[in-house]
Amino acid sequence: MAELAPAGPYPPGDYPVVIVGSGPGGLQTSYHLSRFGVEHALISSDDAPGGMFRRFPIFQRLITWTKLHAPVERGDPAYEWFDWNSLLGEEPDHRSVLPGLMDGTSYFPSRPEMEAGLRSFVDRAGIDCRYGCEWLSTRRDDQGFVLGTSDGEYRCRVVVFAVGMAEPWKPSIPGLDDVPHYVELKDAKHYADKTVFLIGKRNSGFELADGLLPWARQIVLASPRPARISVLARSTAAARARYLQPYEDHVLGGGNLVLDATIERVERNSDASTVHIRGTTRPGTMTIEADAVIAATGFSVPLGDLRDLGVVTFHQDRLPAQTPYWESASVPGIYFAGAITQGSIGMKKYGIPSNSAAVHGFRYNARLLARHIAEKHMGVSFPRPTLKPEQVVDHLLGKARRGPDLWNQRSYLAQVVEFSPDDGITDAGCVPLAHFVDVTGPDAVAITVETDADGDIHPALYLRRSGTVSEHLLGSDPLHNFESAAHRKAATALLTGLI
Amino acid sequence: MNSEELVDALSGFALFADVGRADLDGLAHGFDEEWYSEGQRVLRQGFTGTGFHLIVQGEAGIVIDGEERTRLGRGDFFGEISVLLDEPPVADVVALTPLHCVVLARADLPEWLLAHPTVCLRMLQAALRRLRAANLWRS
Repeated sequence: MAELAPAGPYPPGDYPVVIVGSGPGGLQTSYHLSRFGVEHALISSDDAPGGMFRRFPIFQRLITWTKLHAPVERGDPAYEWFDWNSLLGEEPDHRSVLPGLMDGTSYFPSRPEMEAGLRSFVDRAGIDCRYGCEWLSTRRDDQGFVLGTSDGEYRCRVVVFAVGMAEPWKPSIPGLDDVPHYVELKDAKHYADKTVFLIGKRNSGFELADGLLPWARQIVLASPRPARISVLARSTAAARARYLQPYEDHVLGGGNLVLDATIERVERNSDASTVHIRGTTRPGTMTIEADAVIAATGFSVPLGDLRDLGVVTFHQDRLPAQTPYWESASVPGIYFAGAITQGSIGMKKYGIPSNSAAVHGFRYNARLLARHIAEKHMGVSFPRPTLKPEQVVDHLLGKARRGPDLWNQRSYLAQVVEFSPDDGITDAGCVPLAHFVDVTGPDAVAITVETDADGDIHPALYLRRSGTVSEHLLGSDPLHNFESAAHRKAATALLTGLI
Repeated sequence: MNSEELVDALSGFALFADVGRADLDGLAHGFDEEWYSEGQRVLRQGFTGTGFHLIVQGEAGIVIDGEERTRLGRGDFFGEISVLLDEPPVADVVALTPLHCVVLARADLPEWLLAHPTVCLRMLQAALRRLRAANLWRS
């Protein structure tokens, strides 16, 4: 007699779509698939929602803000611009969940507040998930995919992996195997009066350095590439301003050090370590004695057996390569959600990456992904609002001025209006910009918000006429008012012949 | 491809012929990695904000107004003209196969070249060869 799976939602069986993972990416995708009427199963090896936020960041406060007092009322979709941490809701009660749970002492929510926010969203929206169900294997069959799990087999046409950048990752350096990773940090008091060598100068490295400042005798941060600082790189992917106290200490000669160097090897002695490094921006070799060495070298995606199935990876084998709609570039039918979607790089103008590594970016990706799956694989059609010619410019510029999706995913997501002889002028919604500029279709215009080489934030229009797409940058405005007379005039001129 | 394999690949490229293994290890960390599907555009004619690309694996086509002019392969680079002249690319660059590149952003390339003069010289030589080929083609 076959062993029965434990009771609970989404038992093993056949589903059109299976989502793996109950972090914010999986929850957001499930939420929208449900709203779009797409049957699916949501499974997770965890025993509660939250994903990485159930454990990290170690020093317990996020680097993404939620502004309790904003120019827009909570619950208004435009409030998302100021609340980077709540998931998106179609109904008012599902929106702006997090600010109601914050104690107001910081506009960066604490990790427990974030975890509680995700739990609350799940409760309010009634998202079911089969917790404690671990994805173990993957294979193809005639209909799509078969996922082997700890509870049994799931068959599906489409699978969405929202398993996070959750696997601690270290580069291949002699001696590094014995060095603890960021996730293995001991209590801060353990580092009192010790020299701590941190490998890595991204946010996790600076987070640890900042948290250990009151304790460590000396902190040394080292990695080959000079530290990229968010306010200079104009990117949330660079080290965030709130972690920069260790950097200021270094710059002002306070005793802590920030070095640009490759780590050649780490030698473990009885009660200390010797780190051998080679300068990159300043040539030369050095050795540094440290009481503790910690690898703040980031994470990779726990892809399981997906590489064997043909999923191509890049970024030192840490991320799956993806299409603009977050489908595996090499295995159709496998999609990704959550922080993994940073592997769909988009236009990356001026080297500035998308915000897809963080909730305020990937929550929009998840909404578009759910719509894409519903349309492409399940035959769901979405009604498109029609626009009168005289409404088009106001519609586009209004999106550029107030659209949280365009602001939070600059140069990555675009709002589209199509001009069709059959259907007239229609609002085609939000799409990945890289998709819009590289596919054929009817005449159309897309608007984005972008940051240029000088840091100016401005709207850009992409015009598709007779199959060819051209780029047109509109001016910036010190108050970010993209609905000025100058903007209207420029946009109207560009749309001559279409409206 | 892990970082060691990436350095192995870079060490075989003419651009880095004068760079020792240890220095190349540090230099490689300055790049971002990008991956493109066959048929995907990497650079787009007339679009701003592009970077310097070096092909690690795969093949790309240079396409102007829809016509393929030439092909680039492993060790070849593109995008440097629009970065250094601060102008949008005058051609599309399209992945003809799955394409793995390392990339430097526009803001980083000038400083990178100044920090690595032997690479700068190799790049100049490659650019001059392209110019010579273009002149021979025209004459």
